[in-house]
Amino acid sequence: MTTRVMRSDEWADPPKPVRREVLDAQPPGPADPAATPVLFVPGYGHGAWAFAEHWLEHTAQRGFPAYAMSLRGHGGSGPAPQARLRDYVHDVTQVAAGLPRQAVLVGHGAGALVVAMAMARYPVRAGVLVAPVFGGLGTAFGLLGRNPVGTLPGIFGGRVTLGREQLFSRALPANAGQAYAQRLQRVPGAAQRQLITRHQPEAPVGAPPVLVVGSPDDRVVAGSALEWVARRYGGSPLLFPGMGHDLMLDARWQEPIDAIADWLGKAGG
Amino acid sequence: MSADGRFDDLAGNATHWRDGEPVYDRGDTVCVIGAGGTGLTAIKNLREAGFGVDCYERETGVGGGWNWRHDRSPVYASTHLISSKPFTQFPDFPMPDDWPDYPHHSQMLQYFERYADHFGLREHIWFGTEVARAEPVDDPGGGPPRWDVTVKGSRGGAPRTMRYAAVVAANGHNWAPKMPDYEGLAEFRGKVIHASQYKDAAQLRGRKVLVIGAGNSGCDIAVEAAQQAAKCWHSTRRGYWYAPKFALGRPADQVNDRILAMRLPARVRQWLLHRTINMTVGDLTRFGLPKPEHGILEMHPLVNSQLPYYLGHGDVLAVPDVKHFDGYEVVLADGRSIDPDLVVMATGYVPKFEFLAPELLSSDASGRPRLALQMLSRTHPTLAVAGLLQPDSALFTLSHWQAVFIAQWLRVLDAAPDRAQAVWARLRVEGDRRYTQAKVTDSTRHWFEVSHFVYLKELEKSLHELEAVR
Repeated sequence: MTTRVMRSDEWADPPKPVRREVLDAQPPGPADPAATPVLFVPGYGHGAWAFAEHWLEHTAQRGFPAYAMSLRGHGGSGPAPQARLRDYVHDVTQVAAGLPRQAVLVGHGAGALVVAMAMARYPVRAGVLVAPVFGGLGTAFGLLGRNPVGTLPGIFGGRVTLGREQLFSRALPANAGQAYAQRLQRVPGAAQRQLITRHQPEAPVGAPPVLVVGSPDDRVVAGSALEWVARRYGGSPLLFPGMGHDLMLDARWQEPIDAIADWLGKAGG
Repeated sequence: MSADGRFDDLAGNATHWRDGEPVYDRGDTVCVIGAGGTGLTAIKNLREAGFGVDCYERETGVGGGWNWRHDRSPVYASTHLISSKPFTQFPDFPMPDDWPDYPHHSQMLQYFERYADHFGLREHIWFGTEVARAEPVDDPGGGPPRWDVTVKGSRGGAPRTMRYAAVVAANGHNWAPKMPDYEGLAEFRGKVIHASQYKDAAQLRGRKVLVIGAGNSGCDIAVEAAQQAAKCWHSTRRGYWYAPKFALGRPADQVNDRILAMRLPARVRQWLLHRTINMTVGDLTRFGLPKPEHGILEMHPLVNSQLPYYLGHGDVLAVPDVKHFDGYEVVLADGRSIDPDLVVMATGYVPKFEFLAPELLSSDASGRPRLALQMLSRTHPTLAVAGLLQPDSALFTLSHWQAVFIAQWLRVLDAAPDRAQAVWARLRVEGDRRYTQAKVTDSTRHWFEVSHFVYLKELEKSLHELEAVR
C-alpha cells in the first residue's frame, strides 16, 4: 500500500463543520501531561453514550485519559442528514488532533471503518477496531438473513433496524438490551448505502500497531469478516466468545476493555 | 533551558577529533536545523520513521518566522494567511473547524505550539542553540558522508561539535531582507525601512507612504497605508494577477484547486481561471496598474481582495518602478516625481545558509541553490534542505511531504544503497527542473517557485518509488 499525497477533493471541498459532542473521563490523581489519550468512536446509530455506560470510566481507571465522541447526526452532535463516511472521518481527525497528545483511536462497528480511514489521515499512537464493519454484500446478506424485517428497508434507502438479539448476548437482561436498542438512531441513507460495498481503507500513516477485537457469536459481523480485517493489519482477532456485537454494552463488557488496556500497555501506548 | 548542561549529558564519548577539538558521535541520529513549522514537521516525520533527531533552534520557542517574539520574524500585527486552511495545515494534523478560513499569524503560532506538544517534539529540540557550521566527513565504512555539526549557544558559550548521519536544514528563507540599491537612496531625506521592520499600522499614521514591491506583504502594507496614512503610492515593476481571497462564495484557492483537478488541458484551465478572476476582480489597468504579461498559472498570484478596492477609492495610487531618489523626492520611471516621507521596501528576502559551504548546495554565482527535487543536495545524499519553496499555496503541506520523503530517502539509502543510487541519479539530473504549471520569471522572488499541484504530484511519484524498496 502506498502513501497518498494528492487529495484534491479534501483541498477543494473540505467537509462542512458540525457541532461535536465529546465526553471525557480523566484518570484519578494528578494529571500526567504526557499520558496517551484514548478516543472511542461509536458506530452507526450509536452515540458517545454507548461508551459512557462502562468503557469510558473504566479506561480512565486504567490510567488513560478517555474520550468518547458522537459522529455528526448522532448523540449530542449536530444534525447532518447528508453525511457520508468522509464527513465522519473528518469529525474523528478533528477531535483526535484536538487532544493534548497523540491519541489511540478505538472504533466500534462502522465506527471501526471510520477509524481505519482516519488512520490514513492522522498518525494514531495505536488503533483498535472492535467488531469492525467494513461493509460488503456478505455483511448485508448476513443481516438480511438474520433480521429481514429490520434490514430490508435499508435496501430501499430506509432505516436498518438492529434488534436486541443481534446486538447483545442472552446474559444481558432483556429490558436493558431493549433500552439500548431503542436508543439507536437513524443513519443517513447515503452513509448506510456506502456500506453495501466492502471498503479497503488506505494504509495507516506512521505504521501504528493495530488490534482487532470481536466475538465469534457476533450476529452482525461474521467471523470470516473479522478474520479478513485482522489479516489486513497483519494479525488475528482477539476473540470474546459468547458476546454480542455491542461488546461495550454487553453483560461481560469488562473483559474486552481490560484486554485492550493491557494491549495498549504492551504496545507502548 | 541551559544548553550547556544538556550537552554534558550526551557528550561523554568523544570518539573523533577534528582540528584538535573533540567530536561527539551521535550515531544514526539526524540533525534538524531550525524549529519553525518545517523543522517541526521534519522532527515529527523522521521520528515517526524511526530516526533519532537532534534539532537546534537559535530562539527560545518554536514557530520560527511565525513566532512574532522572534527577532527575525517578518510578521506584522495584521498578518493573516493567504491560503485557506486545507492548503495551510499539515495534512495529518488538521486546523480546528472553528478557526476562520484564513487564520491570523497568532493562530499559526498556536498551531505550531500544539503540534509540538501533541507529538512530544520539544524534548528533541535544543533551544537557544545556533548551528555555526555543518561539514561533511567521509564515512570510514564507505557509506554516505556523515556530518560534523558545530553548535554554540545563541548568547555565546563554547562551541561543540557532534557527528550526525544526516542533516536537514530547515532554517527558513524569509528572514534576511533583500534591500534594492537605488541611485541617491543613501542621501534620501525621508525614512526608509524594509517590510521586515514594519510591525504595526501606527507606523504609517499621517505619513506620506511609498510602498515598493508587489509581493504579498507589499500589497498588505499598501492596503494598511490606504487606511492609515495621509497618502499612499504603490510602486510595482510589472503587472500581476491579483487573486481575491474569496470567489464564488468560497475561499478562492479551493475554487482554483477544483479547476486544477478537472484534468483539463492547461489552456482551458488557464482560460477558466482568467474568467474567474475577470468576474471577481475585473480589469485593473484602468487604475494605472500594468497589464500582466504572463498567464495566471505562470507565477504565484498575489492574494489580496482589498488592494483593488482601495485602488478604486483612490486611496492607493498605482505608480511605476522607481528610477532614483533625489533629496526629498522620488523620481519614477515615467519621469514623475513624488515626495513620500516614508518608503517601505517590500522587496522580499534572500535565502542564507551561513553554516554550509555554497558548493554543498551547488549554489550558482548569484547564490541560488540548485537542489534535486528542490530539497536534496546534488553532491551529498545525506544533506537536505526542507521548506525552501515558494508555493502558490502555503508551505507547510509541502514541507510535511518533503519530510516524509527525506525520512524514506534516508531509510532506503541505508537499507538498499544500490537502489538509492539509481533514484538519486535520476533526481540529480532533474535538479534544474521547475515544478510549475508554466514557465516562470527568473527573479530571486521566483527562484523557489513551485505549483503545489505539480510539486506534490512529483513528490508522490518519487515517494512511491522509495516505498517500493523494502
